[in-house]
Amino acid sequence: MARADLCGDLSGPEDAPLRPEEAEIDATELETRALNDRLRELLLSGVGRVRIKNVCGQRYIGTRLYTPQHLKMDIEIFGTPGNDLAAFLFGHRITVHGNAQDGVGNTMDAGEVVVHGRAGDVLCFSMRGGEIYVRDGCGYRTALHMKEYEDKRPVLVIGGTSQDFLGEYMAGGIVLLLDLENKGHQANFIGTGMHGGVIYLRGSVEDCQLGSHVAHCPVDQSDRKILDHYITKFLERLPEVASRREEIVNSPFVRLTPRSKRPYSSLYTY
Amino acid sequence: MKSFVFPEFQIIRDEQKCGQCRGCERQCAFGTHTYDPVADRLISDETKCAGCQRCVIFCPKHAIVIRPTPSFYRPNASWSREKLDDLKKQAETGGVILTGSGNDKPFRIYWDHMVLNASQVTNPSLDPLREPMELRTFLGAKPDLMDISSQEGVVSINTSLSPNLMVETPVLFSAMSYGAISYNAFRSLATAACKSGTYFNTGEGGLPKEMRQEFGRCAIVQVASGRFGIDAEYLNCSAAVEIKVGQGAKPGIGGHLPGEKVSELVAQTRMIPQGTDAISPAPHHDIYSIEDLSMLITALKEATNYEKPISVKIAAVHNFAAIASGIVRAGADIIAIDGLRGGTGAAPKAIRDNVGIPIELAISSLDRRLRGEGIRNRCSIIAAGGIRCSADVVKAIALGADAVYIGSAALIAMGCTLCQKCYTGKCNWGICTTDPRLTGRLNVEIASQRLSNLISAWSHEIAEMLGGMGINALESLRGNRDHLRGVGLHEWELDVLGIKGAGE
Repeated sequence: MARADLCGDLSGPEDAPLRPEEAEIDATELETRALNDRLRELLLSGVGRVRIKNVCGQRYIGTRLYTPQHLKMDIEIFGTPGNDLAAFLFGHRITVHGNAQDGVGNTMDAGEVVVHGRAGDVLCFSMRGGEIYVRDGCGYRTALHMKEYEDKRPVLVIGGTSQDFLGEYMAGGIVLLLDLENKGHQANFIGTGMHGGVIYLRGSVEDCQLGSHVAHCPVDQSDRKILDHYITKFLERLPEVASRREEIVNSPFVRLTPRSKRPYSSLYTY
Repeated sequence: MKSFVFPEFQIIRDEQKCGQCRGCERQCAFGTHTYDPVADRLISDETKCAGCQRCVIFCPKHAIVIRPTPSFYRPNASWSREKLDDLKKQAETGGVILTGSGNDKPFRIYWDHMVLNASQVTNPSLDPLREPMELRTFLGAKPDLMDISSQEGVVSINTSLSPNLMVETPVLFSAMSYGAISYNAFRSLATAACKSGTYFNTGEGGLPKEMRQEFGRCAIVQVASGRFGIDAEYLNCSAAVEIKVGQGAKPGIGGHLPGEKVSELVAQTRMIPQGTDAISPAPHHDIYSIEDLSMLITALKEATNYEKPISVKIAAVHNFAAIASGIVRAGADIIAIDGLRGGTGAAPKAIRDNVGIPIELAISSLDRRLRGEGIRNRCSIIAAGGIRCSADVVKAIALGADAVYIGSAALIAMGCTLCQKCYTGKCNWGICTTDPRLTGRLNVEIASQRLSNLISAWSHEIAEMLGGMGINALESLRGNRDHLRGVGLHEWELDVLGIKGAGE
């Protein structure tokens, strides 16, 4: 049944330009699948920008937008999108005017998500590319098993802080937590099993909050360059906090990196 | 530290026959054989021998015999030699003992305690040489009711149907990832699957880009806890997507592909840096409940535009049938269950040998549970873990499976001898390694032919057995336990299997 129409042309242009056509969807009363049907129709009909109003818990927004031609879309969401926003996202741009829920950017490959609010648990799980900017804080299990490969280096910038298990099994990418409310980082078990990537925390962190596979040190000049770059991008996207730029950039930061690329290499015998 | 473990194998070389060609030296990646130019003879270091028999088969003079060593510790029913050896190894290294392939312990093999039926006189048997025998199977959710209408002789189906996989014979190749197995082995499986009208499973190592166009249509692509090599393109080029929750050889634990095996091509396919460990955590950290699983299933359906069936693979463990019921309700189209004897490229021995339940019992419990709940049509069952021959396939289907996965059997068809050293990356047969010197030993054309031959031979045998039972379609055998009888089984085993004892 599903066998005949499987493989279309797999070679699409890498970066299809955004197309100028715009559209708006009112998500009131729309179920998840119906909303995503609508989004896909619009993408295929040549629309490049969509505003979705009254979003209330609809899941997987952005997930069904893969096309062999690599068509791209710019989506603005008003309301609260449901779980798995931008899961498997393939190069689209999503802006949320509101809070996001769990699973934002799950196994995301490319694109950008900006949340003018907070995000829930399992943010950026297994994300391999693209960038996510969250104005406020996020929940547990952030950036678990985030990866990187060649030119794909995922970036997550959080305006607030994360809860426990941040960066577990992290294998690549950059995570930056700005703690703009100066609450201090409360997360425990940070970076257990971490074997790649880097986490920057504004402020400080206690040894007892870190997993045994993580080393921490103050940032140096090259780190400052990276920080400056992504803080600038964060503030461009979230201008509501832009006035604090100088204060943020000049704050002390801690860098967390894995102690080893192979944390379990001595676990086995033959 | 001096090792107190003595060699597992004895190597006997017939010096009369040996022509000092040094073939054995070249064949062995473990470095067992070396040439002594002074004495002009080959010397074998038994401590390095894996018992894979590569040198034995390739010795042009048949001068080598390798057999289990006759050396022994004083026999002791409680302290077997294996227990002593493992203990010594751990005392010497402090590590977890790794092993490969499937459980080799003498758990009861229920296949060998079940016999099949045949027709005599009243319900004549069918001759598969002259009657059409339907082995074609559709895997995926089937509707509760089929609403059909007919207008002017044209019949149309009004019910919306779920995507199904069409398989010409109920045998699929089990998940074996590129990286765990060699590129050539992986490609051989893909080639044979496409040729034989069945499917191969990519495992969690991704699908090399250049293979997608040609082999995507017969690929079941896996999404496992490490999420390696997964993007929308990988998901969309496939025939089906499988979420791997568990594996029969190592239920409940993850896996670490060591950095040594992550070559440039493996790194490309998994989309991770070369030489880093590929760590698959024990659970999917975005799945802590049936609701979470339902979310991933739907996310994958969304990502593939509802065009592909989604399978969920779990290991057969205690109470798994209740979990499987949840998995069906979570939206899975196929459940793959992997039993106690399922194979692996690497697993802690303690787990492989002690965790899980035999697949025969599992198939029966699952089928009955889903039938009891009235949801059996909502998913297909693929059984895996210890399927060795066509009769095992027929028995699995009579117990309630829709199809089976074969892993070890497929590797054996390509040359594997179950030496259990897969985790070393030095497979002399070129199957379980990424070393280019070794992978070149496996010729894709020949290996895929061996696999196709196996599928074709089993299909003929399955048709023969069906015909003997007076059945002309595999569908009529599914869950048809009346065609099975137990021999030498306890009452409780007959109950779990749902079969009568022989003679009843």
